[in-house]
Amino acid sequence: MEGVLAQTLVSGLLIGFVYALVAVGLTMIYGVMDVVNFAHGDYLMLSMYFSYWLFILFGMDPLYSLPAIVLVMFGIGVITYYITIRPIINSPMLSQIFVTFGLLIFLRGLAQFLWKVDYRMIPDTLVSGSFNLGGIYIGRPQLVAAVGAVLCSGLILWFLKNTKAGMALEAVSEDKEAARLMGINSDRMFALSWGIGIASVGVAGVLLSNFFYVFPEVGGQFCLIAFVVVALGGFGSVVGAFLAGIIVGLVEVVSGYLIDPSFKFMFVLSLYLAVVFIRPQGLMGRK
Amino acid sequence: MKKEYILLLIFFASLVIYPFIFENPFPRHLLIMIMLYGTMGIGWNIIGGYTGQVSFGNAAFFGVGAYTTAILLSKYGINPWFGMILGCVFSSMVAVIVGYPCFRLQGHYFAIATIAVGEIVQILFTNWEYAGAAVGIYIPILEESLWNFQFHTTKLPYYYIILVMFTCALLLCYAVDKSRFGYYFRAIKDDPDGARSLGINVRNYKLVAFILSAILTSICGTFYAMYVLYIHPANTIDLWLSIHLCILVLIGGLGKIFGPVLGAFIFIPLTEFTRVYLGSEGQGIDLIIYALIIILLATLRPQGLWGMLARSRT
Repeated sequence: MEGVLAQTLVSGLLIGFVYALVAVGLTMIYGVMDVVNFAHGDYLMLSMYFSYWLFILFGMDPLYSLPAIVLVMFGIGVITYYITIRPIINSPMLSQIFVTFGLLIFLRGLAQFLWKVDYRMIPDTLVSGSFNLGGIYIGRPQLVAAVGAVLCSGLILWFLKNTKAGMALEAVSEDKEAARLMGINSDRMFALSWGIGIASVGVAGVLLSNFFYVFPEVGGQFCLIAFVVVALGGFGSVVGAFLAGIIVGLVEVVSGYLIDPSFKFMFVLSLYLAVVFIRPQGLMGRK
Repeated sequence: MKKEYILLLIFFASLVIYPFIFENPFPRHLLIMIMLYGTMGIGWNIIGGYTGQVSFGNAAFFGVGAYTTAILLSKYGINPWFGMILGCVFSSMVAVIVGYPCFRLQGHYFAIATIAVGEIVQILFTNWEYAGAAVGIYIPILEESLWNFQFHTTKLPYYYIILVMFTCALLLCYAVDKSRFGYYFRAIKDDPDGARSLGINVRNYKLVAFILSAILTSICGTFYAMYVLYIHPANTIDLWLSIHLCILVLIGGLGKIFGPVLGAFIFIPLTEFTRVYLGSEGQGIDLIIYALIIILLATLRPQGLWGMLARSRT
């Protein structure tokens, strides 16, 4: 019995790190420019497909294609900003919701059109199977994904705290006016936040493609979980998102273990409602 | 002004005589779906378009309407018209229970909360054995009559029932648009703090808008259950239904009486066309087209296609 619980906690922790990485990009874009990207999960889907096709067409393992995909996703993020987000930066919140909602519809439509609704899976990857650690089975691809997610989140955090561009990003997210007066070009910072935000969800997509099915709707569930994580961590807080990702991963598996797996997603979503009603600023957010 | 009344008259007259011109089942079914989605779109427009509260959870009301009718009829033999009324009561209750806490939330926080609620309702129904769980409910076949809300030899009566519902929804929306409520809803959308400082009870008026939206959607749920005679969580309480409603109002015109109507007249035929004529080759093309329209409208003109038509006329 205890073994099952320990097994559950470990798998919750592993997937929690991936949730954290998906949410870090979302919360970063929100923090810097107050825009919630409703299409965030669909960028995840896009990078999973990139990883899948590079494997199928060129035999490139996801871990080898990772750097190239990250670069491409960074570019897609920046292009998305300049084409669709920049024109509505000063529009009412409704237009902002509708633009990213439009992106969601666009990416899903594109995936359905290009790749049909089939469930696809990379058949044979570099890391596969599982190993036994003190009675607990740990899936290798899951472990690689968790480690990769921690490294990537850590890198983003280091970038924000220790580089000039990172500190400029933080400055813009704290006070746009003051940052502008200090000579920070907020337009370029917005583009950078979209680039990093989409690149980080791209990393998550590649790592997930090692053990998760790819299909046009796959982003929906991850996007919802990312909303819960971002709300719990505090909208705009990267550290908060990282902690909240782990909590959400644990809530998901523990509620599935204690009550019923078919209800686990319901508990995760209830967590969102509980947070926004009781503590809207989340764990680490600013009021 | 006079010209608009004549156009309106022509529009409704053509809806009335349409089934006599097109006698095949498919064109009739097409217009039934257009009016069904038009009615739900009008409901979505009241909360999303007029009041500016984006709801991605309206499918929950559709599901409550459909399930209330189906459960009452299949388990207790209660008349579907009564089920429709009770469905409206339950949907209104859900709207109040969800809306009361959620309407404190601003913009996207509210939109995400409605997704969460819609998904939670779907999970509950998918696991609720009494309501058929994931398999759903087959509605018992009754003798065909208006009282039983069932017709098997021809779809024609369904056509006129949904035409009456659609017309009532339009009249309701017109009444809201021209009344004090319409002005308050728009004030809440444009400037909630300003509306509050003028003494408008913002939360209560949002609730009124949400209840109206819930009732219109719930009635459509009952109609759908009696029209297809088989409901399950995936065809009634799906996030995609809420997303489709949002799409059709956005392309038609947000906060305009005829926006959702125009939206439904574009959305349903285009979706059916890609499904029937392009098959799996054209899958997703309709979504790409809607997405481009939505992004273009949101970045250039937030008024929807109806707004563009209205502007080009004046």
